[in-house]
Amino acid sequence: MCEGHDHTHATVQNPLSENKDRRVPVVQNILNANDRAAAENRQHLEEHNITAINIMSSPGSGKTTLLMATIKAMGENGSIGVIEGDVASQVDADKIAETQTPVVQINTGGGCHLDAPMVHSALHALPLDEIKLLFIENVGNLICPVSFDLGQSWKVALISVPEGHDKPYKYPGIFEAVDVVVVTKADLMPYMDFELDTFKELVHGLNPNAPVLVLSAKTGEGMDSWVKWLEEHRV
Amino acid sequence: MHELPVTESILKIVTEHAAEAGAKKVMSIDVVIGELSSFIDDTIQFYFDILSPGTLAEGAKLNFKRINTRFRCRKCGQEFEPEGQNWLCPNCGALGGDVIAGKEFYVDSIEVE
Ligand SMILES: Nc1nc2c(ncn2[C@@H]2O[C@H](COP(=O)(O)OP(=O)(O)OP(=O)(O)O)[C@@H](O)[C@H]2O)c(=O)[nH]1
Ligand SMILES: [Mg+2]
Ligand SMILES: [Zn+2]
Repeated sequence: MCEGHDHTHATVQNPLSENKDRRVPVVQNILNANDRAAAENRQHLEEHNITAINIMSSPGSGKTTLLMATIKAMGENGSIGVIEGDVASQVDADKIAETQTPVVQINTGGGCHLDAPMVHSALHALPLDEIKLLFIENVGNLICPVSFDLGQSWKVALISVPEGHDKPYKYPGIFEAVDVVVVTKADLMPYMDFELDTFKELVHGLNPNAPVLVLSAKTGEGMDSWVKWLEEHRV
Repeated sequence: MHELPVTESILKIVTEHAAEAGAKKVMSIDVVIGELSSFIDDTIQFYFDILSPGTLAEGAKLNFKRINTRFRCRKCGQEFEPEGQNWLCPNCGALGGDVIAGKEFYVDSIEVE
């Protein structure tokens, strides 16, 4: 990158020799390489008129189950595609593939989040002309995925009732960053002490514009609000 | 664990800026990390010491400046630092606010020779 600039370098070197140590301002975002790759993904997706949804949650919150229920609820006109992110295994992609939905599994091999270059390779393995709505299931983790832009159109935080309503206190980053918050496993509400109003208050304290949708991917209760949100936010 | 790619990125940024400034050696690197970014400082120095030999930044010391999360109250504009489960504005009692600090993650400056 700096080759060919030798002239300018030579002129800067003189003051250095007089004043031995010197502070050079940098001010550069450490994740800039990821951000650049994300911008390319975004452009690529826009060219194909694809709405991409990055779903983030703890392990086991119910991401794959929600995707299965969404595929079922939207049917053929969904034109859905899926990128599955997991540390290891093909399990989630196999489940999605049973529904005849195009799916690519990314294994991060120990990595705690998806990054934009991984999603870039996955995009090239998908039939993009057949897909209108692309779900990216991130690696189960409430912390790291938030920092890595994938080039998605929208970010979703999924939390399940058994995790408790105080999660925004512990993981404010994710609830602040997303466009919508989905509370799943609502069928377990009667058995848990999940205070929905408190949860909503905390989410809106950080992120007043994010709707909080409550559903059960198991019983189908509340799925209509999620499908409606998707219909309103796709291109 | 994502400290390794993050460290690679820091090293790349630092060596590029050092070369551009005509430096012979990088002595130290100031990195700003917001509380909401999820990167651990000790591990980054550890990886840095493995990756930096043979580059302009060999042996450089990383200094981490931590930034606390800061809210600006949406009701009254008061800025404050939330603590644990206390997110209430000390001025008007409203809950939460816009996050105005805590998400930083950048190389601020380098000291070169
Ligand atoms: N009762 C109930 N159980 C659910 C619901 N959604 C998911 N589950 C169960 O929760 C467990 C985890 O669900 P998954 O969909 O695999 O969760 P995930 O977030 O994809 O998990 P990882 O990919 O491993 O992070 C499974 O046993 C599901 O059957 C729900 O709405 N209600
Ligand atoms: Mg899954
Ligand atoms: Zn206030």
